[in-house]
Amino acid sequence: MNTIELLRQLSEAAGVSGYEDAARDAARDALQPYADSLRTDALGNLIALKRGSRPEGAPVRSIMLAAHTDEIGLMVTGMDGSFIRFATVGGVDTRTLLGQEVTVYGARPLPGIVASRPPHVLPPEERKKPVPLEKLFIDIGMPADQVRELVHVGDLITMRRDFVELAEGYASGKAFDDRAGVISLVCCLEALQKLHHEWDVYAVATSQEEVGVRGATVSAYGIDPDIGIAVDVTFGAQPGVSDEQTCAMGGGPTIARGPNIHPTIYEQLVSLSKEYELPHQIEAIGGATGTDAWAIQVARSGIPTGLLSIPLRYMHTSVETVCIKDIERTGRLMALFIASLDQEFAAKLGL
Amino acid sequence: MKEIIKKLVEAYGPSGHEGQVRALIEGLIRDKADEIRTDALGNLIAFKKGTGGGKRIMTASHMDEIGVIVTYVDKKGFVRCAPIGGVRTMTLVGSRVRFADGTVGVIGAEKWMRSADLPPWEELFVDVGATSADDVPVGVGDAAVFDRPFADLGKRLVSKAMDNRIGCAVNLQALLEMGESPNDVYFVFTTQEEVGLRGATVSAFGVEPDVAIALDVTTVGDTPEAYPMSVSLGDGPTIKVMDSSVIVPAAVKNWMMQTAQKAGIKYQPEVLERGGTDTAAIQRSRAGIPAGCISIPCRYVHSPSEMVDYDDVQGAVRLTVELLTNPVTL
Amino acid sequence: MLLKELSEARGVSGNEAAVREIILQAVQDTIDEHRVDALGNLICTKKARRTPGDKTPRKVMVSAHMDEIGFIITGINGDGTLRFDDVGGIDGRVLLSKQVLVGDKQVPGVIGYKPPHLMSPSEWNSAPDTSKLAIDIGATNKGGAEKLAQVGDYVTFRTFFEVLDEGNLRTVKGKAFDDRAGCATLVELLKADYAFDLYAVFTTQEEVGLRGAKVAAYAVAPDVAFALEGTICDDLPNDKDVSPVTEVGKGPAITFADRSMLADQRLVRLLVSTAKRLDIPYQFKRAVAGGTDSGAVHLAREGVPCVTVAIPTRYIHAPVSLLSLSDFDHTVQLVRESLLALEGGLES
Repeated sequence: MNTIELLRQLSEAAGVSGYEDAARDAARDALQPYADSLRTDALGNLIALKRGSRPEGAPVRSIMLAAHTDEIGLMVTGMDGSFIRFATVGGVDTRTLLGQEVTVYGARPLPGIVASRPPHVLPPEERKKPVPLEKLFIDIGMPADQVRELVHVGDLITMRRDFVELAEGYASGKAFDDRAGVISLVCCLEALQKLHHEWDVYAVATSQEEVGVRGATVSAYGIDPDIGIAVDVTFGAQPGVSDEQTCAMGGGPTIARGPNIHPTIYEQLVSLSKEYELPHQIEAIGGATGTDAWAIQVARSGIPTGLLSIPLRYMHTSVETVCIKDIERTGRLMALFIASLDQEFAAKLGL
Repeated sequence: MKEIIKKLVEAYGPSGHEGQVRALIEGLIRDKADEIRTDALGNLIAFKKGTGGGKRIMTASHMDEIGVIVTYVDKKGFVRCAPIGGVRTMTLVGSRVRFADGTVGVIGAEKWMRSADLPPWEELFVDVGATSADDVPVGVGDAAVFDRPFADLGKRLVSKAMDNRIGCAVNLQALLEMGESPNDVYFVFTTQEEVGLRGATVSAFGVEPDVAIALDVTTVGDTPEAYPMSVSLGDGPTIKVMDSSVIVPAAVKNWMMQTAQKAGIKYQPEVLERGGTDTAAIQRSRAGIPAGCISIPCRYVHSPSEMVDYDDVQGAVRLTVELLTNPVTL
Repeated sequence: MLLKELSEARGVSGNEAAVREIILQAVQDTIDEHRVDALGNLICTKKARRTPGDKTPRKVMVSAHMDEIGFIITGINGDGTLRFDDVGGIDGRVLLSKQVLVGDKQVPGVIGYKPPHLMSPSEWNSAPDTSKLAIDIGATNKGGAEKLAQVGDYVTFRTFFEVLDEGNLRTVKGKAFDDRAGCATLVELLKADYAFDLYAVFTTQEEVGLRGAKVAAYAVAPDVAFALEGTICDDLPNDKDVSPVTEVGKGPAITFADRSMLADQRLVRLLVSTAKRLDIPYQFKRAVAGGTDSGAVHLAREGVPCVTVAIPTRYIHAPVSLLSLSDFDHTVQLVRESLLALEGGLES
């Protein structure tokens, strides 16, 4: 598989939380070649199943992998003359919107600009403050009656950003959070084709993570796996942010520790990384991890959970930047983990 | 229907203490449902069996209203409270509250009239007119609600607790008016929405519907310098697109909008940026439930004088009945 | 004393094994079965040994959480000090000038602060900046620190249990009375016989979001549930006549509401009537503050009637807390008698 090409396709697809259709279709195309079956549940989670080779007499065991397809974005809330008002969907920093190009998904995709008053006419004090959401508009450059015809309350808006390949194996685009994670699921399933694994694998491209891990909540309940591993992104080293708050770009996935993570799963992931000499990093999180792992762990009677995160720069901007190798390493690590799942490991987990 | 609305809004029912409202609603629907039960958290669940071949639909409107709960009675007889739900001090100072037994109290604030600023919660107290701690008729744990009567302004209606007795009125009116339907319908009157959608969480788990419609209020953008919002009083009930707790799936939203269009019912699409509803709790139940919401536009939400438009209310009833009595097409 | 052993045991949210071991030892002879679930909850079952009435609930769950607030190491600085994150809700101001223990090896460390001599007047008058705090284990560089600690190690306060007053109040001090006092109470409750199957659940991860209780309640699916806690006690001197929330020496505190739940009023009435009938001192928790396992349990499946009973504990979520053993004994007594009274049904 061509990781960069797949990332481009997924990144450029539109898929704001709750309306992930285009991104989900791109994920489906990517996962299809490696899955035995695919289905979409009531909340738009795409669930790809790859069966394991269960030894005779052994109980059915499954692992759920989760990476979210949704991106943060905007939604049309009304019109003011020919200008469009909007609300945020997920954690959008409205300060990064000024001067952005966007796509308004009305009757058809419409290019637009986030409008702001020119600094020349603003009083000096205003220029120092961020523009409040109520004073931001989107301009699609059309007269009011046409806007009303083509755009309606509830239409979704994404950042308009082309994917770009950078030097040294880096790439930049929108929605790498968490389409990069989805790609790592594809990498994992591809690697599993050459590995023997006993457990069934549910690779889930979840929905609505950015608005409260909602997709993971219901898909984990529906699948009720024996183990869950979420793949998301984490803060990679970038200019202007201290090293203390970030991990190394190109250093491999971070493996999380903390209350959200089952210690046995953590230990197995680390031990496999060392055994196969896969670059990896450790991340400790004292409470909520802000990922699908938080929801999966408390589904039904509780699920032993792990979390892998791909280092990412400029998170929640439209120029998120990733090291492609880190995505592939994450996929490989998950495949090795899955291949190691047997009755002995199940016993270690108390299953 | 105005008589029913008046009875509902004037009833006493802060979150966790919905008994009186539940009894009132039960009395109004008693002979019209096939089964009625109350669950562990006090949700009232009324079931109307369908003729067959349809879906299992759940409607949800919350019975509880915001209020205050006594945490401390001081030596002089002044009563300190904690908020129940999203009560704002802005709407309390100088207002009156009423307890379950009818005791009325005034909300006072420390440093009375000495400051121009809004007092923080800790500086408020309820004055029930006692002369000392010994003759205070209420105790720690007792809850009170705004004390304001219903006012019929003709087209517009005003009262405390329109949020969400008006939703309950629509819910029960739909039960009374709907004729035959292929769908099995569970009309749920939920508890404890204002403190975290708690009643809906457990009732949705129990009912396990195929699809759900919540009925609640929403804010409007049509008062002076209001936060911009494309919902106005009198432009019809809304069909929710998104609020801060839920994004309605396109299939559900479209089904509702198409039904409204076919039946010639005027409606407004709603994006509520600050506010959550039972819709969210139902959506995330079990393996996920397609859920939508019809809202009644309402001015001055969470104040003692919430205002709705009677035509919007009737539109909501009609739309609900249309959705419940026709095959569900998602 | 079990409370001393439990208080000194180390079990930050997500790392409760040591506490679980002590409890398992203590309840061995009073339970029929036990299991440990995916989140580390210890779920003990004691079958009914008294004859139930026709209104007696079949399954009652009583929970107490094993985890305490603490920290987790998030990084190692070049100078050998350790960066950390809170686990659970802690007021940063209580961290200054404290001793801690790091990791399973219990490496001693200290959290210091800038000497007052070196502070500017404005620093002196403002709240301390807790974002730059670090744990000093004595290592002088990163390599040295890495030999003793790693990212992900859990950190507890280093606090010893001690009896303070042997008179009427019988006060004791120690860390983590929230909620080892609840755990000790639950151990005592298991010594009696009941007319229903009792699920004594020692939960995990309450402090980071009532996590253990959520999954345990789903699995157990009780008819009624109680949570046992160590709760806010603010009976310090105050100019204003306002609520102390609870008071030491006034008995178990019945929680009719907190930020996570509104208690089932029938259970509140049951506790009050039991206390009055048997002359057991009791108080109400006079604030709607904090959250407990009941917050998660009452929303399990189709809903569970719940209430929380708590021992007044001064200085919870700080390195050293204080409670009265007399309040502890009354709490055991009140809950045990109420569980017995529950035989007559919820409405009794």
